[in-house]
Amino acid sequence: MTSALLYAFAGVALCGIGLFGFLRLQHLLRKLMAFNLIGSGVFLIMVGLAQRNGQPDPVPQALVLTGIVVAIAATALAVVLIRRYYHLSGQTTLAEPARENARPKARAVNREGAPE
Amino acid sequence: MRRFFGVTVLAAVCLAFAGALMITVWHISGTQAPVDLPGLLAENLEASGVEHPITAVLLNFRSYDTLLEIGVLVIAGIAGISMAKTTSLEDPLLRTSDSLLYALQRWFVPLMLVLAGYLLWAGSDRPGGAFQAGAVLAASGVMMRLGGIPMEFLRPGVLLRLGLALGFSVFLLVAVASAMAGDAFLAYPEAFNKPLILVIETVLTFSIAMVLLALFVSAPVNGAEEPEEGERG
Amino acid sequence: MIDWLVDSILVLALLSTAIGVLWSANLFRAVVMFIAFGLLMALAWVRLQAPDIALAEAAIGAGLTGVLLLDAARHLGYNRRCGGEGNDQGGASG
Repeated sequence: MTSALLYAFAGVALCGIGLFGFLRLQHLLRKLMAFNLIGSGVFLIMVGLAQRNGQPDPVPQALVLTGIVVAIAATALAVVLIRRYYHLSGQTTLAEPARENARPKARAVNREGAPE
Repeated sequence: MRRFFGVTVLAAVCLAFAGALMITVWHISGTQAPVDLPGLLAENLEASGVEHPITAVLLNFRSYDTLLEIGVLVIAGIAGISMAKTTSLEDPLLRTSDSLLYALQRWFVPLMLVLAGYLLWAGSDRPGGAFQAGAVLAASGVMMRLGGIPMEFLRPGVLLRLGLALGFSVFLLVAVASAMAGDAFLAYPEAFNKPLILVIETVLTFSIAMVLLALFVSAPVNGAEEPEEGERG
Repeated sequence: MIDWLVDSILVLALLSTAIGVLWSANLFRAVVMFIAFGLLMALAWVRLQAPDIALAEAAIGAGLTGVLLLDAARHLGYNRRCGGEGNDQGGASG
């Protein structure tokens, strides 16, 4: 087990942590950071696994370089979207307010099935 | 109680996922790769035109990936700019009165520009290249923006469009030109290897910096009017 | 032996900052942990013999993403405690 493989396992752990945070956290900015953690974990797995014998391998390194630049463009676009969403709705999460959730339960229907 | 149950289920699922991934990684690490990529790369490095293997991979052997990457960046830039709703780029309120930031800008921005140029040049035979140079250039632009320095080229108009489209279009032009000349798509003519790579890296740097800076500038949202084309605003 | 020590400490620090990003009390602390995570990743890339990626990660991952997220966190209000527990309506799924 070389040191590069240790980083690959660290990447696996990062993917797990990031996935848990992405699914569990409600705040959109934290979801974004958890998603970036998954991305960093994937990059570590790619390079760590390819270099497990100790020899530096330029091809996965080039692909990870491309990946980092694309990730930051996507993150920046996500921040633009989140800030626009916050400006329009005043919320930082995607959960609906309690009022909206209660309304469908209270809606009554008549015999034909149309809502009264 | 139900919430606690939900959390544990989620944690168990993520743990199972990480465990399965770890087993897969361990299994793959025991096998041998079918292709010896570093060996192949070392043999063909002189044919690529640059001495640094990563630059050779990025801009010659896997230049298709770089072409698509800059295309994705342009799309993200367009999407971000189309939602821009920020204060005027020449708002005097945005000019910083913080003397520390002002002094920092005056000293750092020229240094960062020189650093970006060096990173771009150094990419041919040592670590460096278009992406790092573009990132440093974008960072210097962000520093200028944080201090409220007016940046004309970010106003919607010819300069912005030119900056965004330049990298992708020059790269695509080179790719299509070699296809029309009878060679494969994206195959550089042997004699012009190094100059072509340098030209493409330069426009890539410029475009990457422009896209990242435009995305950063369009992030804040307020009630201002969108800057219209041609308006002083 | 020293190599192993450096690598394991770096991996531990990476995982700790990653957990800190998700579990911090307020948003500002989470973003600062994220910047620290980016810098530690740059170190990890150096240990993986990838100096190009280290340069890009330091500039992009720690620098640009950090500024972007700090700006966003300030405007989204980082003084309240947010992001840890979900609302009751949404349940456990985000």
